[in-house]
Amino acid sequence: MSYQLIGLNHKSAPLEVRERLAIPESRLPDTCRQLTSYPGIEEGMVISTCNRVEIITHTVNGHADLRGFLHDHFHLDASMLDAHLYEFREKDAVRHIFRVASSLDSMVVGEAQILGQVKEAYATARAVGAVRGQLDQLFSRAFAVAKRVRSETAVGTSSVSIASVAVELAKKIFGSLQGKKVFIVGAGKMSELAARHLMAHGCASIFVANRTYDRAIGLAQKFDGQAIKFEDLYTTCDRADIVITSTGAPHAIFRREHGEQFLARRKNRPMFFIDIAVPRDVSPEMGKLDGIFAYDIDDLQQAVSSHVADRRKEAERAEAIIAGEVEKFEARISTLDVVPTIVSLQDHLETIRQAEIDRVRGRMGQLTPEQEMAVEALTRGIINKVMHTPITTLKTAAKESEATTVVDVVRRLFNLQVKGKEGQLEQASKKDEPTKKAEVGTRQ
Amino acid sequence: MSLLWLRFALGCYFVGLVYAFVALTRTSDLFSRIALHAATIGMVFHFVSLAELFLSGQIVWASVHNSESLLAFLSMAFFMVIYAIYKTTSPGVVVFPVVFFLTFVAALDEQPVLLTQFVSHKGWLIAHIMLIFTGYAALLVSFGASLLYLLQERRLKAKKSTSLIAFLPALEVIDQIGYRSLLLGFPFMTLGLITGSVVAITAPSIGRVDFLDPKILLSVLMWAVYMVMVFTRWNSGWRGRRAAFLATFAFVAALAAWAANYFSAMHRFGT
Repeated sequence: MSYQLIGLNHKSAPLEVRERLAIPESRLPDTCRQLTSYPGIEEGMVISTCNRVEIITHTVNGHADLRGFLHDHFHLDASMLDAHLYEFREKDAVRHIFRVASSLDSMVVGEAQILGQVKEAYATARAVGAVRGQLDQLFSRAFAVAKRVRSETAVGTSSVSIASVAVELAKKIFGSLQGKKVFIVGAGKMSELAARHLMAHGCASIFVANRTYDRAIGLAQKFDGQAIKFEDLYTTCDRADIVITSTGAPHAIFRREHGEQFLARRKNRPMFFIDIAVPRDVSPEMGKLDGIFAYDIDDLQQAVSSHVADRRKEAERAEAIIAGEVEKFEARISTLDVVPTIVSLQDHLETIRQAEIDRVRGRMGQLTPEQEMAVEALTRGIINKVMHTPITTLKTAAKESEATTVVDVVRRLFNLQVKGKEGQLEQASKKDEPTKKAEVGTRQ
Repeated sequence: MSLLWLRFALGCYFVGLVYAFVALTRTSDLFSRIALHAATIGMVFHFVSLAELFLSGQIVWASVHNSESLLAFLSMAFFMVIYAIYKTTSPGVVVFPVVFFLTFVAALDEQPVLLTQFVSHKGWLIAHIMLIFTGYAALLVSFGASLLYLLQERRLKAKKSTSLIAFLPALEVIDQIGYRSLLLGFPFMTLGLITGSVVAITAPSIGRVDFLDPKILLSVLMWAVYMVMVFTRWNSGWRGRRAAFLATFAFVAALAAWAANYFSAMHRFGT
């Protein structure tokens, strides 16, 4: 097990820093490729959401310079970045991933969105081949753990998502939401969810603007709303009382001058901006205008802090589940570590046996079925006898710290390590195939 | 006797005063219910006190203290109407202290009745007093609402969830309270000033009306600011900081016009 993780989240870094590290969806595959070509990294995956940027790797020898990768990749000054980064290895990395997937590390503990985001990141990395055996195992398990936490604790049941917090705030501004109009800028899942909540509380109509007009139309149809061309955003936006914005734009799209225009056209009736984009879509300057209430993702966090306390108890139970799961995973992974070696040792000896039998056949001509069976039994018997002790030793060693040493020795003795390590790993992971399929099924 | 009732009322209003200060720091449902009941009981005492004055047969409200008592009562009535509509006691934060102060001054001592010579204009006079005071009460509530609006706006902008946010009604509700009071108060104020002028011009004992009298000037100023407030609100939806600024200005002008009773020649009818 050589997992290594580096990252920052809403607790360790302010929005200003997260903004600069956020990786747009379109660049994720490239980042994954760059990651796996970085020295010492075997497999790698990147999770980039509005609340976190994390790089999870499986390294060759347990150490890779992930900080170096971040500095190189983002061209950022170490002094600015390092204070906000956390790093986990091995068991701690596993625990962290389990906690993230189970939404225990979320801004709003128990919200369900994070699991979907992790799954997407996983799919992206897998598609470019950056995730293979080791990370595959880790994440398959993480998804299963997340499911267990959800079904066995109440962490997710009273889930106060950002969406419902947004509704609460909107009510503080507008009183009743009856007849209020909502504008979604940038069709995303989170904004869709927020809009759904607002509609459920009485909001009347909805506008959708998106850079890709077709997606705007698609989302607008879901709500019986109206799709707006992105060019018309500024001329139509003031029709809405609540604006949910989540575009991937690198700079703020709503600036002070826009806010002034909106307010003038609205006769200063207040507007509520829910800015869930990272980097932010609403400039802080605009948020200072009288009558503009702009909440970014960090502000929403503050607003929900009270709810988090309610769920602390359930979260504790979830933590206990995760602690148990981490132990189980560790035990399993270390057993699995010797499995490829055992398999390849068996393969190796089987090849030798087959070759020897063929040679004997060549010399002795056709054997009778009885002879054939006798030779078969004899050679197999010898190999099994010879193999018995090494395999037992490997399995015992797997549960102890000396596993890697023993594996190493066996591989060297039989000259196994050069021969198609990939293939062995595939064989080893094939054994997990049924369970994995089941998990993939539940993802949808 | 009426003074005694008034002092009972004052005691009840004191609860409201305490509430006004407590409500700024923490939310307590129980306390706001207590304050509401105390205010209601206070109003009953207050009403008895005013009724007794009225039944004594003279136009008794025309002493400065008695009119202060009437203004306090009307403000309280306004507060109750808002409570009935919006189910919020938060305007009390502003209304209660002002009502307490007015009642306190009125309950200090009995003043000699001043307006004995106006019997011929009794109807006009009552109309003038009632109209102007309703206008004042509306202005007070509107002023209170604009302060609360400012407060709530600040809190929402500071983005910290505090109990005060929970206590105050939604921003738009506060805005509505303020705007409706403003709209309601304006015609009362205007008519009040007109009836006042009628009394002043036609009453025999006053003689020529001095338009440079501070009472008149301040009243006109207050009315002008009031009109500007209604206009800016109607025309460009001014609210928040700018509206609060105007409302404060109007309120100060109203206070000054009120205080002018003590140094203007106009309302010193008896002397």
